[in-house]
Amino acid sequence: MDKTVTDPAAAVAGIADGMVVMIGGFGGSGAPIELIHALIDRFIATGHPKGLTVINNNAGNGHVGLAALIEVGMVAKLICSFPRSADPVVFTEAYLAGKIELELVPQGTLAERIRAGGAGIPAFYTPTSFGTDLARGKPVEVFEGRSYVQERWLKADYALVKAHLGDRLGNLTYRMAARNFNPLMCMAAAVTVAQVSRIVAPGEIDPEAVITPGIFVQGVVQIANPAQEETLNRAGARYPEVAK
Amino acid sequence: MRLTPTQMAWRAAQDITDGAYVNLGIGLPEMVAKFQPPGRKAIFHTENGILGFGEAPEAGLEDWDLINAGKKAVTIKPGTAFFHHADSFAMVRGGHLDVAILGAYEVAETGDLANWSTGPKGVPAVGGAMDLVHGAKRVAVITDHVTKDGQPKLLRRCTLPLTGVGCVTRVYSSLAVIDIEGGQFVLREKLPGLSLDALQAVTGAALHVQGAVADLIVPEL
Repeated sequence: MDKTVTDPAAAVAGIADGMVVMIGGFGGSGAPIELIHALIDRFIATGHPKGLTVINNNAGNGHVGLAALIEVGMVAKLICSFPRSADPVVFTEAYLAGKIELELVPQGTLAERIRAGGAGIPAFYTPTSFGTDLARGKPVEVFEGRSYVQERWLKADYALVKAHLGDRLGNLTYRMAARNFNPLMCMAAAVTVAQVSRIVAPGEIDPEAVITPGIFVQGVVQIANPAQEETLNRAGARYPEVAK
Repeated sequence: MRLTPTQMAWRAAQDITDGAYVNLGIGLPEMVAKFQPPGRKAIFHTENGILGFGEAPEAGLEDWDLINAGKKAVTIKPGTAFFHHADSFAMVRGGHLDVAILGAYEVAETGDLANWSTGPKGVPAVGGAMDLVHGAKRVAVITDHVTKDGQPKLLRRCTLPLTGVGCVTRVYSSLAVIDIEGGQFVLREKLPGLSLDALQAVTGAALHVQGAVADLIVPEL
């Protein structure tokens, strides 16, 4: 078995109009910038995919990565916890103009809904959001004298994640806090594609060090020196580049 | 006379015990880490998946895979642990943190907290605020005692959208230290020059006194 994918374009070729796509990362850490940009390239060339529902903790920063995906008009709905950033202008303008739908989810609930989706648990109860506007319309139950809100799983057609090392079987490791939502999203999508800094042979990753077992991963693509959102934004980058 | 934000952070830091697992909210609460008393070392948790992180790196040495919940660069030190987001919030909701310290727009005598939304305008954003108010053994708030317009922030009931119900256990304000017990504000400390009547006049719910009220004495910082 070899899950290696040749390039980012091939990795995102199966994403179709209207799909639900989880995108890993917390801000720029762990964000699969090259996979997102490959998806934008396809949209610029073919007009597809569009009308996507994207699940991410944030809503992009500046004019690259997730912000660029929103800016070119590919995202119909965003499910996230914190749609603010140092430079949130793209999402803010789209939202206030009514061009994008927002489902706001508390951060821990977002993580657990994704985990539940990957674990085959359709719903669970959490104390988070009880008695607040974000619990409106959701069933409430009392356990041991405290009230808990029912939340449902989140699943996706695709997950685009960033990892550090990956082997041909899809086993993944992560770098520091770039782990964040990535292992959860790998579990919750029908197809998970991971961009990794290096693809290694099976056995080169110590089995004790595997964070995401390959069963949760369908494709691995090597991006040797991945772009970092913070660095791109400090340089004032835009994607796709504006013609001069 | 009132405490500066730095002084409020200093006061909150005095209550954190050695070895406590602590989450500090983005902004003002982050300053608490600077004022740990000598001989005490808390272990700080950040929602995006680090326990026991160190201070900010020097400019130019940032590693953007190593950031805190405020998306600022941090460092690792001996004993640091990384984990994914579901584990991170299991630490929060599962009752494993000793203390969470948050900011506030409003706090009610019931322990209700409003700190995530000032109303329906603009883009709503919640982040981890609604999770953090549940599960930590102590949920404390650092806040000016009144708003910029001089209106009380400590109220009978919150008027802004709630972050959590009955969750706050202690308030470190710019004028006083107040516990929330049995649906009441219980005054523990107040600035030495401030009368109880004057403090009550800028508090939107009854202040109760149980035993001695200590002087709130904080160094110049």
